[in-house]
Amino acid sequence: MSLLSILIFLPLFAGLIIVVLPSSVREGYKYVALAAVIIQVLISAYIYLHFNGNVFTGIADQNKYQLVERLPWISLNLGAMGKLQIDYFLGLDGLSMPFMLLTSVVMLVALLASWEIKINLKGYFALFLLLDTAILGVFSALDFFLFYIFYELMLMPLYFLIGIWGGVRREYAAIKFFLYTLFGSVFMLLVIIGLYFSVTDPATGYHTFNMLSMMDPKNYVEGSIFSALAHNELFGVSARLLGFIVLFIAFAIKVPIVPLHTWLPDAHVEAPTPVSIILAGILLKVGGYGILRVCVSIFPDAAIQSAWWLGLIGIVSIIYGALNALAQTDLKRLVAYSSISHMGFVLLGIASITPEGISGAMMQMISHGFLSSMLFFLVGIIYSRVHDREIPHFRGLALIMPKFSAFIMIAFFASLGLPGFSAFIAEAFSLIGAFNSESINGLLPRWMAVCGTLGILLSACYFLWTLQRMFFGETRLFGGEKWKIQLTDVNAREVTALCILTAFALVLGIMPSLAFDKMNASVLELIRLVNLK
Amino acid sequence: MLLINLVWLVPLFPLVGFLINGLGRNVLPKGVIGFIGSLSILLSFIVSIGIFTELNASDIKSFYIPLFDWIHTAAVKVPFAFQIDPLSSIMLLIVTGIGFLIHVYSIGYMKLDNGFGKYFSYLNLFIFFMLLLILGSNYVVMFIGWEGVGLCSYLLIGFWFTNPSFATAAKKAFVMNRIGDLGFLIAIFIIFATFGSVEFGDVFMQAAKMESGNTTLLWITMLLFVGAIGKSAQIPLFTWLPDAMAGPTPVSALIHAATMVTGGVYMIIRSNILFTLSPVTLHLVAVIGIITAILAAAIAVSQTDIKKVLAYSTVSQLGYMFLGLGVGAYTGALFHVITHAFFKALLFLCAGSVIHAMSNEQDMRKMGGLKKKLPITFVTMMAGTLAISGIPPFSGFFSKDEILAHAYEQSPLLWVIGVITALLTSFYMFRMLYLTFYKGFRGTQEQEHHLHESPATMTIPLVILAILAVFGGLIGIPEVFGGHHWLAGFLAPIFEHPGLVIVAETPMNHSTELILMAVSVGGAIIAALYAYSRYVKGSHIPAVDGSSRDLLSKLSYNKFYVDEVYEFIIGRPLNALSSFFYKIIDKGAIDGFVNGLGKATSEGSKVLRLLQSGNVGFYIFMMITGIVALLVYGFYNI
Repeated sequence: MSLLSILIFLPLFAGLIIVVLPSSVREGYKYVALAAVIIQVLISAYIYLHFNGNVFTGIADQNKYQLVERLPWISLNLGAMGKLQIDYFLGLDGLSMPFMLLTSVVMLVALLASWEIKINLKGYFALFLLLDTAILGVFSALDFFLFYIFYELMLMPLYFLIGIWGGVRREYAAIKFFLYTLFGSVFMLLVIIGLYFSVTDPATGYHTFNMLSMMDPKNYVEGSIFSALAHNELFGVSARLLGFIVLFIAFAIKVPIVPLHTWLPDAHVEAPTPVSIILAGILLKVGGYGILRVCVSIFPDAAIQSAWWLGLIGIVSIIYGALNALAQTDLKRLVAYSSISHMGFVLLGIASITPEGISGAMMQMISHGFLSSMLFFLVGIIYSRVHDREIPHFRGLALIMPKFSAFIMIAFFASLGLPGFSAFIAEAFSLIGAFNSESINGLLPRWMAVCGTLGILLSACYFLWTLQRMFFGETRLFGGEKWKIQLTDVNAREVTALCILTAFALVLGIMPSLAFDKMNASVLELIRLVNLK
Repeated sequence: MLLINLVWLVPLFPLVGFLINGLGRNVLPKGVIGFIGSLSILLSFIVSIGIFTELNASDIKSFYIPLFDWIHTAAVKVPFAFQIDPLSSIMLLIVTGIGFLIHVYSIGYMKLDNGFGKYFSYLNLFIFFMLLLILGSNYVVMFIGWEGVGLCSYLLIGFWFTNPSFATAAKKAFVMNRIGDLGFLIAIFIIFATFGSVEFGDVFMQAAKMESGNTTLLWITMLLFVGAIGKSAQIPLFTWLPDAMAGPTPVSALIHAATMVTGGVYMIIRSNILFTLSPVTLHLVAVIGIITAILAAAIAVSQTDIKKVLAYSTVSQLGYMFLGLGVGAYTGALFHVITHAFFKALLFLCAGSVIHAMSNEQDMRKMGGLKKKLPITFVTMMAGTLAISGIPPFSGFFSKDEILAHAYEQSPLLWVIGVITALLTSFYMFRMLYLTFYKGFRGTQEQEHHLHESPATMTIPLVILAILAVFGGLIGIPEVFGGHHWLAGFLAPIFEHPGLVIVAETPMNHSTELILMAVSVGGAIIAALYAYSRYVKGSHIPAVDGSSRDLLSKLSYNKFYVDEVYEFIIGRPLNALSSFFYKIIDKGAIDGFVNGLGKATSEGSKVLRLLQSGNVGFYIFMMITGIVALLVYGFYNI
């Protein structure tokens, strides 16, 4: 077993331990989970440190992946139709490796936020760890079938985590989230099957689910549905474009893009804090990662064809999300809409197909992973104390919770793109990519980048307005004196989690090369692959 | 070049000060905090003096000091590097020198405030970012400083955040600055796309080869100018600066008068080659500058809050600087930045001393007769007033007249408006001085009882600044008075680009220059005398709020209703738009569709469910109907 498999299945293993532990030691569950997640952080830190970005360029070449593991998994002889071959195929390159570390850190923070969970601990922590395994699996799977299994495996624990431990309208939110995502992935399965029948493994000659084989046009069977040369049409649309669109919609729901986003505010508002952290911190990134790893890599021709629309969706999400955030009175909903706005930069960066843009998109995903986790963690602190988060119900919190207010100011200013924090680098790179696209490849017009900057302005508006409304002024609380006592300042556990996140946002803002160096070569390789078309 | 290579020490000291004071704000005693805060700036000032001396003695006038590779990707390389040249070295002196004085002053001024530690940490952080803005060797490092000072300005305007209107002022300042910042950011994108680099050296070298009037340069300079408009509070983004007076008075002196707000002027002087090659932008700069100057002066004449008068005066003086830039008098503009830093910091600190003595009263209608009680404040404020009014030989006279002389060269109309502004300036400044220090005391008995001169930590900075305000003009004595204009000579290297040397047009003949000077000085003196007759002899006191005014005075008193207009054309539509998007589009249309789909499915299945009635007869009937239908279908399709 390679280190990667250990990393992926460690949480599952810890989850099983929790399942078999007697309920007399239920207070110990969280420590089992904590131990597993800390080991996970250490392993991914080790992988990060030993990852040479210039060697492991990955993308379409198996030899350029780190920690590759490829074992035959399901092997069926279908007689005349050849052999059904599904591999247990894992590996990391510059696009996926950063997410392993991000996932581990965000999971640690989410776990620290799980101290607030009081009911049904066994089920909670077991599902939490199952989710962890599924996410790590998605980011490292290189066989499309395996990818799909992990991808769907994420849904189930999330559904229950929201539906059981969530807020008042948890069932509505959980089913909405579930159906939205399922809608995307069901059609994804069709495309996966179509790809399977179109692609053969050059070594064996059999059909394959190997994603890397799918990235090479030479591996497509002549005349097959997705063959680049065949120019097949389905419903009057080029088959490859249709395949791209279907996969894109599946991942775009996760990102989410406007108008496929309405599951997100509801899911966030109803989900317990740790699940909001995981949703915003990692789950949304699965969408962006999928677009890069699957949509753009397997259908580069269609990606270029649709770049203009992707860019448009990006800026619509940026501005629409920001304007909606401005209209919110629920703090968590505000943060949720700000996520939509910030994830728009990811799409804008990807659509530009420039090194700056895609690096910016990657950076934005990482940066937003830390910052949105921080924001949801902070919202959770208020909610856990008084079970309320209506903005008008709070005033002058800075007087009674000074440390908390300092952290929220850091999180807000970092999120609104203050230089020195990671979000500035990320958003600037996405915008530079979008701006330069016109002169490099002519995919995006410059006005898109200019519109994107409006999002930066609007983010200052809604974050500062929130600061002003909730934190400044004389203290006046909806719950009166009772709240004043309940609203205690942050404790040591909370400070630990917040400091970890602040440190990441700050370090990546001051030394962005810590991330860029690892992914640069892979980004360039991806762009080379796209430009081969 | 020992110290020049150690230039990173200059911003490092305030950064360390920020960290110590920030972390120890609740632990350290106030004395220690004040000491650390001031010492860190003093050390920076000492290093800056060393750098200035070395540079002055050196033959090389531009040093590039790389610190580390900040952004290093295949496509984008931005080193974190500093640049030392005459422009940055002189700005270093101003920022650390005045910064130090204001830190010392703050020890006395903020003595009783609970947020003492927080205050000093913010102030140190501000100096750190301001130094990055000045020292950066490329537009991106400059932008870090640019946004960073905006952050500190926000934190310090909202320092007394329990007052809701102060918190609003802070937000307004940041958002308005952000609008400008976006212009700056897009300008950086275009610079990067055009020149493939954001380093000043690379950009200016390539730009020098471009033709005057080049469209790309026009875009770049226009957008940079948008950035400058925001930071330096020019029309239409000036309304945040008067509101920024919500912050503690030393902050108004340092950030909102002497240093940060001149950032826009600094940036344009830094990019002089780009602007010189874009005459259209320069014209716009001049026009915006002069309109801002006269509009703000027209507002200042009727304000009754002592800090508001100074705030509008700052906006107006910044307008002068932009006028100078617009007519190509870059040196004159920087000269005015320097003298303005002296006298405006002085005036604000004097106002602070008055407010301190008056138990936080800022309304001049309730002051009066403070001359005897606050002798040092009075004398120093008099020096500042003479300097800003352009009375020779005080510092403001030299810098203002240099700008006006160049404006005259460009267009006599600019000069006329500039002189009218100078008259208004002299009038409102002397009006302020008279209302505050002359005649009898108009405040409450309790206030009168408390009246006292400020402690030495406050008066010593006043005296030093007063000396600078009086003699600061000596660095730029024009030829007409037999001087050599040291500043112009010192700055010359920053206008020398490979293949293109920017020289300010030689001023007109000396007799014309003298006549122009005489007109503006004579006018200023008459305005001062008119103020004397009105407020001292005539004992006029500005009307109370709500009393009827004639149209012009009403417009002036209400700041031409600019805030109200902005609220009406931007604030409200934005709010309406955001709630339209949320309520109608998001909740109504999109979620309505999604939920509708869910509902349709569940309602539809409710209907279909009824078919499963359990009635065997019904099933048989349906079966036969189905068979018949199939047969009919088959029949017609054969």
